[in-house]
Order: sequence, then structure tokens, then C-alpha cells
Amino acid sequence: MPHDHHDNHLDPMDARVRALETILTTKGLIDPAAVDAIVETYAERVGPQNGAAVVARAWTDPEFADWLTRDATAAVASMGFTGRQGEHMRAVFNTPGLHHVIVCTLCSCYPWSLLGLPPVWYKSPPYRSRVVIEPRAVLAEFGLVLPEETQIRVWDSTAELRYLVVPMRPEGTEGWSAEALAELVTRESMIGTGIARAPEGVA
Amino acid sequence: MSTPDTPFGGAFQAPWQAQLFGLTVALSDAGVFSWPLWTEALGAKIAEGFDYWDAWLMALEAMLAERGLALPDEVTALAHRWEDAAHATPHGQPIRLENASQLG
Repeated sequence: MPHDHHDNHLDPMDARVRALETILTTKGLIDPAAVDAIVETYAERVGPQNGAAVVARAWTDPEFADWLTRDATAAVASMGFTGRQGEHMRAVFNTPGLHHVIVCTLCSCYPWSLLGLPPVWYKSPPYRSRVVIEPRAVLAEFGLVLPEETQIRVWDSTAELRYLVVPMRPEGTEGWSAEALAELVTRESMIGTGIARAPEGVA
Repeated sequence: MSTPDTPFGGAFQAPWQAQLFGLTVALSDAGVFSWPLWTEALGAKIAEGFDYWDAWLMALEAMLAERGLALPDEVTALAHRWEDAAHATPHGQPIRLENASQLG
């Protein structure tokens, strides 16, 4: 056979995943359409915009902020964000004296319903191990240098309990709508490896 | 450490990883295993030092083998047929298992 054609080469991992899917589909344990829908949901539709809406609402609605503090699971569910696996949510609020960071030291537990799926670095061994031991140095590598007097608290997520960091509201945003504020809430600010963006024109 | 995100929503570096993720969530949804049990299995493989998605695949295969739902030999044989099917499929067309030679 001539070799000028383009053979498809399947990565061995890809082939094993396809084999698993074939076996499980044949046994009626999964429906390939449901698998595709899950991927589409988490890879494309659910993302940090959900968490940003929660944070912006907490910044503008004190009653909601109070609810979020007491029962984050119910508060975010009221906005339509519920965990697929029945996990509980806890919101931790940054203050000038205390900065929160989330991690999953075991694997990659993360508040999917609010932030989508975790970025690659969140799952990396250096982040998972080092942020617990030397959070200040790790945050500096993300470009976040906190004042010496600010304490850092690291929260270890699990399958049952996942955290959302509520960053501090940026200065110079008095009177802003929740929609406008949500634009300032980055994914990193809700993990704690960053802070909310400053509005344009404010140093 | 703050490496830029890749396509696939920043969560996946290849389509098979997304597929593997979807498969695992679907199995948990179907009640084959609970998510806490899953994270325990995944965490144990990660702790052995494997790369994240390699660990994920190994953990899932082990969970399925333990339950007699997909045995390693069966997976390997079928994976070879998928590789075979890929070779037999012209570039640009979807790979179908039927395209594999019947010898595999």
C-alpha cells in the first residue's frame, strides 16, 4: 500500500477510552448521548460566569451575602446552581486581614457548578502540595503579592464539600450594577490565586 | 505554574480526556459508584505519581474491573480493534469500530 495517505493514528489512551465506552454502552450502563451532553455542559456551558454572578450579587445584596455566609449550598441553588453530586458548598469571604485560597490536595475537587472544570494548574502536583506549605510564595508566582499582615487560609476541598472564595469588591465601583460588577470577578479571584479586577481607570 | 489554558475549556488537553471525564460522571450518575468513592480512587492513583489523566483512566479501569463491568483483557482487545479501525479509516472521516478488520 502506498504510504502517501493519511493514516489515522489513535493514541493508546484514546483507544482505551473508546473501548470502555463501547463496553459500557453495550451493557446498557451508559448512553453515549448522555456522555456527550455532560462533556458539553462542563467544557462549554458551565463556567466561572456562574460564580461571578454569585459574587456580584453578594457584593450588592447584603441579605444574599448573609445567606451565602450561613448556607452557601441553598443560596447558590436559589440562583439555579446546584452540584451534580449532591455536594455542599461553602463560601469564604476575603477581608483586608484574611485571604482565602482553595485547593484539593487529594485530586481535583472543585465547585463545578460555579466555576466549571478546574484549570490544568489546579490539578498539578506542585500547586496541590505547595499551596498548603507555602501559600504566600505560590500566590506570588500567580502575581498576587499580599501585604505581610494579611493572613492566608487554605481550604482543602473534598467530594462532599467544595469552596468558593468571595473576593473583596474593588474600590471605585460604588453604585455599579451586579451585572457590571460580575465582569470584574475572575476565575482566579474565586479560587484565591487572584483578586477581582480593578475597574478601568482606577489604579 | 500559571501555565496558559489549552483549548477544551482549559480543563482538557485532548478530546479523550473530555470523553473519559463524561464517561465517569455518567457512571456515577447511573449509580455505578458514588462520587466520594471515585475521588478516593482517583486520589490514590494520583498519589502513586501518575499524570492526572493517566491516573484517571487507571482508576476508572480498576473500579470497573473490581465490579466485573469491564475486564482488563476485554478492554485491551477492544482498544486494539479501535486502533485498527482508526488505521482503516481515511483521514477526515469518523472512526467506526466496524472499520476494524475482523481478525482483531
